[in-house]
Amino acid sequence: MDKTADQARHWALIIIAHLLVVLAWHLFVVWGEVPAYVMPTPLDTVLSLGGEYNWFHNTWVTASEVFGGYILAVIVGVGLALLFSWFAMFAKFLMPLVVSLNMIPKVALGPLFIVWFDYGIGPNIFIAFTICFLPILITTTRGLQEVEPDLLDLVRSLNGSRWQIFTKIQLPGSLPYVFSGMKVAVVLAVAGAIVGEFIASEEGLGYLMLQVQVDLDTPAMFMAVLMITFIGVALYGIVIGLERIFVKVDARLETSA
Amino acid sequence: MSEPFIHLEGVKKVYRSRGQEFLAVSDVSLDVEMGELISLVGPSGCGKTTVLKILAGLHDHDDGTVRIGGNETFEAGRDVGMVFQQSLLLKWRKIIDNVLLPAEILGLPMRESRERARDLIQMVGLEGFEDNFPYELSGGMQQRAAIARALIHDPKLILMDEPFGALDALTREKMNLELLRIWSESKKTIIFVTHSIQEAVLLGSRCAVLTSGPARMADNFEIELDYPRTLDMKTHPQFGVYTRRIYKLLGME
Repeated sequence: MDKTADQARHWALIIIAHLLVVLAWHLFVVWGEVPAYVMPTPLDTVLSLGGEYNWFHNTWVTASEVFGGYILAVIVGVGLALLFSWFAMFAKFLMPLVVSLNMIPKVALGPLFIVWFDYGIGPNIFIAFTICFLPILITTTRGLQEVEPDLLDLVRSLNGSRWQIFTKIQLPGSLPYVFSGMKVAVVLAVAGAIVGEFIASEEGLGYLMLQVQVDLDTPAMFMAVLMITFIGVALYGIVIGLERIFVKVDARLETSA
Repeated sequence: MSEPFIHLEGVKKVYRSRGQEFLAVSDVSLDVEMGELISLVGPSGCGKTTVLKILAGLHDHDDGTVRIGGNETFEAGRDVGMVFQQSLLLKWRKIIDNVLLPAEILGLPMRESRERARDLIQMVGLEGFEDNFPYELSGGMQQRAAIARALIHDPKLILMDEPFGALDALTREKMNLELLRIWSESKKTIIFVTHSIQEAVLLGSRCAVLTSGPARMADNFEIELDYPRTLDMKTHPQFGVYTRRIYKLLGME
């Protein structure tokens, strides 16, 4: 009973905060007499959905890139972390390499990707993936290492196997860390996909933004940014939902945002 | 002649790391009879924990004799239960599932183990908290759960490494009495490591005193206070005699 009331309050606050921002935006434009090509009102922005641009398709493309790159990053990030935890030599050998490779500005690779892969969703998924997989790898690796030595002794005193330590202690213990990395990675995946579209694409919201910029269709640009944000929020919401299912309240690692 | 349950004689342990040698335990001899509660008391870094780890089969010893089991069979992996200073409960498991962890690791039949876990949870005074998560319990209650976990596979020997060291003074005294009760109900042999001299005297049927750097057995004597023991025994003159004896051995008089 009390819990549902708390929940309702929580959601009310979220909605009010967002509405206030929209209101402030509207008042700023109206009272400041800002021309629409500099900053449209919220209403103008939404009305741009009625334009001739293929919103549905472009949003779908960008969402596919974000989700595709993100899922790939989770699989590869967690997978590598597991390999690192199983084979110490592997970690010693590969981790420095991974860190160095991560220093390459992925944006700078864009023109190369065009040469290698041509335009399309594939390369953009790849860019999103390369930008967002490192935090997942690093936090998961950390989480798998984070086992109380006494707890290891407890299991070893029972002649517990390496596999039992892994499945009963390491893996469930690492989940809060995995999710902490996954939450950070969301925003990177979105940025990665958009950057990819800026550089090399014929579709997607990033591409659309470049198109409408030529016509100074600022409302459409705003709308594109909003849609990109929605994609990110949706992905973040899914991750939070999964975290609620898999990680006990007390074990969750709080991160900003 | 019947063999004592635990027989340690001239046990020595040297840790080696990066070419450096560190003598953790130089000469520990101790006989423990089945069903005794031995307090192992000494200053920090005196090798108490090392002795426990040797008993648990987690460390080899470098010299001397270690025999456990007496005239019965004893399997280190099956017959040792451990309690540490931290409860080390798994945050994502309910209390009952935490208690069941050793049973899972040993592959014991789960239906019977679950029954037994419920009985043990009741015995340690946590009835009604089976389905709670560790964070919902106080520090003392978490240690109770850890004790139940150490008993789930019905081990012959319980090793406790300062199990109440992280608790506040009042909770600690309460847990001392609880442990005495659990000991008398479960009839286990317990080795109880502590650096509280009062705790050592209040709990132990016998007290082994280790001095530090490196651990040497300074003394080992019976504590002839009646059971069931109570907190007001701490004011008993005989209690003072024992604590003074330990202080003296540790050079703190």
